[in-house]
Amino acid sequence: MATPAVVLLVLFLIVPVVLAFVLSFTNARLVSPNPPRFVGLDNFIRAFTQDPVFTRSALNTAIFAAVVVPVQAGFALFLAILVNQKIRGVVAFRVIFFIPVVTSIVVVSILWKFMYQDDGLINNAIDTLTFGAWSGTAWLQNPSTALGAIIVLSIWQAVGFHMLIWLSGLQTIPEELYEAARMDGAGTWQQFVNVTWPGLRSTMVFILVTITIAALGLFVQIDVMTQGGPVNSTTSLVYHAVRKGYREQETGYGAALSLIFFVAVLLIALLQRYLTRDKD
Amino acid sequence: MRRNSLTLIVSGALATTLGLTACGQAGQGGSEGDEAAGGDGGATTVTMWTHSAGNPAELEVYERIISEFNASQDQYEVVQEAFPQGAYNDAVVAAAAAGDLPCLIDMDGPIVPNWAWAGYLQPLDLPTEITDALLPSAVGEYQGEIYSAGYWDAALSVFARQSVLEANDIRIPTVQDPWTIEEFTSALETLKAAGYETPLDIGAEDTGEWWPYAYSPFLQSAGGDLIDRDSMLTADGALNSEGSVAAMTWFQEAFENGLTSANGTIGNQEFNDDAVALSYTGVWNAMDSLEAVGEDLLILPPPDFGNGPAIGGGSWQWGISADCPAADGARAYLEFSFADEYITEFADNQVVIPATATAAEASQLFGPDGDLRPFVELSENFAIVRPETPAYPVISSSFEKAAKDIMNGADVNDALDGAVTEIDANISSNDGYGF
Repeated sequence: MATPAVVLLVLFLIVPVVLAFVLSFTNARLVSPNPPRFVGLDNFIRAFTQDPVFTRSALNTAIFAAVVVPVQAGFALFLAILVNQKIRGVVAFRVIFFIPVVTSIVVVSILWKFMYQDDGLINNAIDTLTFGAWSGTAWLQNPSTALGAIIVLSIWQAVGFHMLIWLSGLQTIPEELYEAARMDGAGTWQQFVNVTWPGLRSTMVFILVTITIAALGLFVQIDVMTQGGPVNSTTSLVYHAVRKGYREQETGYGAALSLIFFVAVLLIALLQRYLTRDKD
Repeated sequence: MRRNSLTLIVSGALATTLGLTACGQAGQGGSEGDEAAGGDGGATTVTMWTHSAGNPAELEVYERIISEFNASQDQYEVVQEAFPQGAYNDAVVAAAAAGDLPCLIDMDGPIVPNWAWAGYLQPLDLPTEITDALLPSAVGEYQGEIYSAGYWDAALSVFARQSVLEANDIRIPTVQDPWTIEEFTSALETLKAAGYETPLDIGAEDTGEWWPYAYSPFLQSAGGDLIDRDSMLTADGALNSEGSVAAMTWFQEAFENGLTSANGTIGNQEFNDDAVALSYTGVWNAMDSLEAVGEDLLILPPPDFGNGPAIGGGSWQWGISADCPAADGARAYLEFSFADEYITEFADNQVVIPATATAAEASQLFGPDGDLRPFVELSENFAIVRPETPAYPVISSSFEKAAKDIMNGADVNDALDGAVTEIDANISSNDGYGF
């Protein structure tokens, strides 16, 4: 009964992983008349010692994840609590916050690319709001603002999805618990700390893991908006692996980069599992 | 035990993959056979791929050539399939990996040596009367052997309005006497002072192959290059030479001083709206500008960095795949298709520079009195093909990255040295790409 699923999993998951593992120890090319040859650890040594862009990509990816994970999770929780009120028209707000999620990230990236331009919407808004006292920069062309600009857009795009998951978690918490807390004289903040937050524990673990993995896989925004620039300030691990392995046709090296990425994500996920394990 | 089961799974999966591939190929083979049989009795099918889906003007000419060729004889039948340009190269590489290339493929000029080296292509072997008559930049070579030939070339130029230049006392350059780079810079400064916020649209908002196509000629014009073309083994001393550094320094300063910008939209709308005074752009934007600006439009040579102006040469060309079972038919078709009549039709339909002098004479747009005649002169005088080496994809990608970093303020020497290191590492790990 499970056969179709197993065949597909093997074909599209296990085989590629095994292939990437094997290829990463060779100098395989996408296009070449020469057969690939075993090169041992050369690709890995090259990545860590001779490829400054790889180091920079790892750093950028780490910064991106380190900012996006807490901010996006926190902001999503804030929105979820806002739209969990029993007031008129709350569904409309849920829909509005969710719209960016169902919009293709490619479309979102192209639109924000225009908004971030020197004479784009964002700078015009800043100009108007500060009565011309402060004018913005060309956000994506400035090495010190480009990654930040991409972080903001990424959070804006994905926050609605995690809002919805928090919301489903919030709605599983029984109303009686809040009633009991209020009878004990708990204020809003105390209710949150002692009822809401413990009730969201499993939701929190799920959200943490999914946001982390999504954040580490940063690619489309970079590919559409900056192509890793300016001056490597936005290059990410996946983007670098695609550029090397596919656009520059070095399949073997690209496979090695992907393998490093795979191991890094695995370690981080295991670490999160360990830190959030049930202590009983 | 566990080990055994893993081996079993992997080999099982491989077997499944191979099985599926075999099915796919068998299926394809069958349908090709059917088509050939379904044709008029025994004609050999010659399969053909083009990148021109989404370009009806181009496709129309191909369809006409194919139907006239098929009607002219009954030995071969050409069957074409059109792909959108964005997915085309991927489709070819995937088909080559699967051993499933069509007989006739068209390809962008700079990729030809890479595919020839990879064994995708066989030498073209067309009669020399045909290839000798073509613009040199419309012929693709690798190691002295011709692998591809095209009906046209494209060219870059500087668009300007005569009235604007005259009003600002700027000399109008000619092919014999182009702007020097100092003259060009001071013209831009004059135009900036005259009220154009960023007087030159240099096209920097575009990405990909546009960058080496548009900006590596600056290096060549300044005496530098992308790679040492004598050995084809290193970029050192070419991409980081004095000339290259000088050209890229100018490039950086043009952005710094607000003479041009990386904002705006791809295409030539800013120039047509008179939001910029000069536009560094190609023949493909000429018709729109001609419509918007009319008689006032000037098509000028790009500035001279010291060694004479240079523009990129090499557009889409045709080759024959290495395993083509009907290579004679493919050759017969290509010979048939290189008639001047068709070359002229491509040129006028699609607004590209005809590859033969005789076709240019007959062209409405590119003939002696044609509105776009200057492009023919620019192409004849200044076209330099991108380096004919299989290393070109990595050269292109490294140069694009370095040039973008330079635009965004990176140190010019460091950026170019970085690109040289990347290119040289790639060449040596490919054992010199056969050079």
